[in-house]
Amino acid sequence: MSSEMIFAVTGVLLFAIGAAGTILLAEPLRRVLAFNIMGSGACVVLVSLAQRNGIADPVPQAMVLTGIVVAVAATGVALALARRLNRLTGDGGSGAGAGHD
Amino acid sequence: MPAMIEVFALVGVFTVPLLWAALAFLLGPGRGAWLAISGSIVQLFLALILARNVLADGPASHATGGWGAPLGIDLYADGLTAAMLLLTQVVALPIFVYARSYFATGSPAARHFWPLAGFLVAGMNALYLANDIFNLYVTLEIVGLAAVALIAAGGAATQVAAALRYLFAALLGSGAYLLGVALIYGTYGSVSIATLTPLIDATAPRAVSIAALLMFAGLMLKSALFPFHFWLPAAHGDAPAPVSALLSALVVKAAIYLCLRLWLGPFAPLVQVGAWVPGLLGAGAILWGSAMAIRTPRLKLLVAYSTVAQLGYLFLAFPLLTPGAAVLGAVTLQAIAHGLAKAAMFAAAGIIIHSTGRDTVAEVAGVAERLPLTLFAFALAGVSLMGLPPSGGFLAKWLLLDAALNSGHWAIVAVIIAGGLLAAVYVFRVVRLAFLNLPKELVEDQKHAGRPVPRTLEWMAFGLAAASVLLGLFSFQLLQLIAVGNLP
Repeated sequence: MSSEMIFAVTGVLLFAIGAAGTILLAEPLRRVLAFNIMGSGACVVLVSLAQRNGIADPVPQAMVLTGIVVAVAATGVALALARRLNRLTGDGGSGAGAGHD
Repeated sequence: MPAMIEVFALVGVFTVPLLWAALAFLLGPGRGAWLAISGSIVQLFLALILARNVLADGPASHATGGWGAPLGIDLYADGLTAAMLLLTQVVALPIFVYARSYFATGSPAARHFWPLAGFLVAGMNALYLANDIFNLYVTLEIVGLAAVALIAAGGAATQVAAALRYLFAALLGSGAYLLGVALIYGTYGSVSIATLTPLIDATAPRAVSIAALLMFAGLMLKSALFPFHFWLPAAHGDAPAPVSALLSALVVKAAIYLCLRLWLGPFAPLVQVGAWVPGLLGAGAILWGSAMAIRTPRLKLLVAYSTVAQLGYLFLAFPLLTPGAAVLGAVTLQAIAHGLAKAAMFAAAGIIIHSTGRDTVAEVAGVAERLPLTLFAFALAGVSLMGLPPSGGFLAKWLLLDAALNSGHWAIVAVIIAGGLLAAVYVFRVVRLAFLNLPKELVEDQKHAGRPVPRTLEWMAFGLAAASVLLGLFSFQLLQLIAVGNLP
């Protein structure tokens, strides 16, 4: 198996693990982490499949950079909402020890 | 110089809202209503110029900053794009005027409404103009994040919970879409729709079929197609009325537009095998959404479930959709008629709830006497949803019926007719109650009712509803416009 295929398969596995976590987990904080793993998986696939004969293609790298910006923004929104929910309902589901901030 | 005006219209239609959103943010919490309204007038003007040019000279395109397709971002507008841009501006402008009066009472949701609404409109306008699948992903995320923030802006626990649920559904959807983009780029080394369309044929490698599956699944989740609609009723039902109107009328359409583009463009050779899947889910959406709208005790949830049902019509038509088929006109017309009607309906529901102080269907009783114009707007919007002539909804459903009859899809014919009857049941459920007196046990609760309603609110709801009905009379030109670049 060539090195790019190893990376691509790893990316798909990461994506599957993250997607399963986003769907199945109940606590917002864990779901945020799971979504980040999922996004990273998609980015690994994007970068690894695009290299031909070991030469990297710069276009998908720029795309992944954009994807990272989007993921950071989404993570920020998700964390702000989870914190707000926790503060409003007291339990918000964001795990023990996150009571006051 | 007509070419120059066209470039201004293409670029301006999404930079103008970006500009006023940023300015509204700098002005501070709750400010920027006039900026938004005047900006939206400019956008409407630009969208009209673009539509006129596309109708006269065919599809318009522009390479931003002089950088062409592989490195830069191409903007592209055909008839479908121009029609969706028109819908967005035509709905957003009256909703912004409505929101200005609605929030004048000092709702907490008003604090961040204007900048977020601006980013939402900018994202949607950019999405319609995007011409590569990666740029479409980015614009989809801008729209999604702005929509999530708008739902949560009220700050109540139910709203934040609904926003968080919507956010995870949206992120899952766009994640699947992004993995699809990665597989496509890995196979063809391009994300441009124009480049990909001739490259993909029925013999495309397995990875491309998987990519198509991932992208459609992600988009169906984002467009709340049954059974992926679980996030929609809470998100649209709990948000403040102007936000619900924007989300139900416009935001879900952005994901469906993207489905249409991919279905008719690059993935057209692959999708005919599974064409019945969206059709079947669409039928499920019509029946389930209508049934829930008939049963729910809450007024705004009724309107939200009606959105689930009406979106079903758009997917019901997918088995009939092939490149060059006239049914594209029917689907787009249904999207536009529903957008206008649903914005009117949420605006009217917001007025009723403002007046009665309660979000229940039962307490609509007696509204006909107090708010005749609002009830008229609700009923007119209902006429379009039911598909009675001469409304835009009637023409769209008639064209769909015609296409289904011609191709012998009797199941689709049956579902369209059943959907119209079910819509009549939930619309009349509200309208009938409005003419009755309030039951005695509720009279005590309703002593505070009859809060004065600003006339602006009522007129905006009525204007949108009237536009949805009158659309049927002016749809010839609209159908001509949609055909540009898509139909022979």
